[in-house]
Amino acid sequence: MESATAVLLKTPLNAVHRASGAKMVDFGGWDMPVQYTGILDEHATVRNRVGLFDVSHMGEIEIRGPQALELVNWVSCNDAGKLQLGQAHYSGLILEGGGFVDDILVHKFAGDHYFLCVNASNQNKDFAHIVEQSGGFDASVENVGPTLSQIAVQGPRAVETLQKLTATELAPIGYYWFKSGEVSGTPATIARTGYTGEDGFEIYVSNDEAPRIWKELMAAGEEFGIKPAGLGARNTLRLEAAMALYGHEITDELNPLEAGLSWIVKFNKGEFLGKAKLLEIKAAGLKRKLCGFKMTGRGIGRDGYEIAGGGWVTSGGPGPTVGMNIGLCYLPLEKANIGQPIQVMIRNQAVDAEVIATPFYKRAK
Amino acid sequence: MYPENYKYTKEHEWILVEGDKGTIGITDHAQQELGDIVYVDLPKAGTAVELGKALGSVESVKAVSDIYSPVNGEVLESNAELATAPEKLNADPHGAAWLVKVKLADLAEVAGLMSAADYQAYLGE
Repeated sequence: MESATAVLLKTPLNAVHRASGAKMVDFGGWDMPVQYTGILDEHATVRNRVGLFDVSHMGEIEIRGPQALELVNWVSCNDAGKLQLGQAHYSGLILEGGGFVDDILVHKFAGDHYFLCVNASNQNKDFAHIVEQSGGFDASVENVGPTLSQIAVQGPRAVETLQKLTATELAPIGYYWFKSGEVSGTPATIARTGYTGEDGFEIYVSNDEAPRIWKELMAAGEEFGIKPAGLGARNTLRLEAAMALYGHEITDELNPLEAGLSWIVKFNKGEFLGKAKLLEIKAAGLKRKLCGFKMTGRGIGRDGYEIAGGGWVTSGGPGPTVGMNIGLCYLPLEKANIGQPIQVMIRNQAVDAEVIATPFYKRAK
Repeated sequence: MYPENYKYTKEHEWILVEGDKGTIGITDHAQQELGDIVYVDLPKAGTAVELGKALGSVESVKAVSDIYSPVNGEVLESNAELATAPEKLNADPHGAAWLVKVKLADLAEVAGLMSAADYQAYLGE
C-alpha cells in the first residue's frame, strides 16, 4: 500500500541525478540516488578507478568563539585539543547515558573555529543538542548544512581527478587533513576524508555551485573512468571498510566502548558529556562487543538478523571486493573472538558464520 | 519485452505453462527493481509449493525478496545454475534464468493470472 508521502528534501544535485537516470529512494527524508549503473559496478569503480558521491544531505555545524574548543570538547568524546590547524578527526557526540547522539567529523579551521560534519538525518537533533549544551560557553553554534553541498571524490584516481580543478596541491594533504582553497574558481574546503576505505576527498562548496562542480568533476575524471556512485555502493564500500553507520552499529543506546571505538574516547582530556557513564561502563566491564563476521554457510546475514545464542547483525551484505558475504554484529563478550563460529538466524534457519578481523578490506598504501 | 505466452502475477513472477508443467521465474521489471542479484534460494525437487506462498527468495545487494508461487504444485527441478551465477537473473530473467519447474495441481489456477498486455498495463507502461 502506498502511504501518504511527505515532501522529500532534495540536494542541489537532485535534478542532475534524475537526468542521469539514477534510481532514487527516500533516505531518511531525503530524495537520494541509491544507484546509477548498478551497485556492484559503482563499488568496483570506486575501488579501482574513481567515483563521485553526492553527500550534500550531510549536515555541517560551525562552532566559533573564544571557547569553541571547550564546547567541542564538552559535547564530543575525542580530544579536539590535539587537532592541529587543518586537521580533522572522527568523534562522537555522546549522551549523558553513554550512547551516541551521532558520530561526526571535527575539523579545526582555527583555534576559535571548528567545523563539524554530521549525519543527514541527525543534523537538526545534533544542532539542538549542541545549542542546548552551549549555555556556559563563550561560543556560537551555527547550522550551515542548508547552505553547503558536499561531494565525495573517492578512489585511487581521486587525486588526479580533483587536481585538474584546483590549484591547491593535493598530494601533500594527509589522510584526515584538509585545506581551504578553490575548486574550479569557487571557494571550497577540500578534506582528505571519506567513507569508502579508499583514498579520496570530501569537498564542501556552496549550494549554487554544486551542479557545476559535479559536472566538471565528471568531465575531469572521464579519462580515469569516473562514474557517479549512489548510496547503495556507499554502504557496501563502508561495510567492507568496517566503518560504523549511525542507526546500525551505533545508536543512542549503544556506546563507543562496545562499538570498538574506544580510540575516540579520551578519558584524560577533562570533563565531557557522558564521561562518567562511560567510565562506569568501562569499570564494570563490557557485556557485548561489535565484531566482524563472514558467512561460511549459504546465505547473507542482514541488518537486524539475530545471532543464535545472543546478539544481532547491525549491518550485513555481500562484500563485492572481498568476495564474501560479510557483516558486523554485536556478540556477547565471551563469543567476541576472532575464529569463533557463530550462527546467523536467516529466516528461521541457523546459518554458519565465523567471527573475523576487521576491516574486511584494507587498501594497499 | 514480456513474452505473450507467459502469465504474470502482481508480485512480478511469470509462469509458462506447458501441459501440466509450469516454469516459474521473475520478471524483467522485478530484476530491475532489485538491482544486482547476488543470491538465489530455491526449493529442492519434491517440495510442495502453495499458491501465494513464498517458494524461495532472491537477494540483491540491498535487499531480500520472496518469490511467491503463482500456483499450487510440486517442484520438479530448480535452476541449479543460479546458485553459482545469480547475476544471470539480471541478464536473462525471462529465459535462461528461470527459477523452478513445477507440476501443476490445478491448471485452472493459471486463468486468474495476468496476460503480458495486462501486466504491462499494471506496470503502467
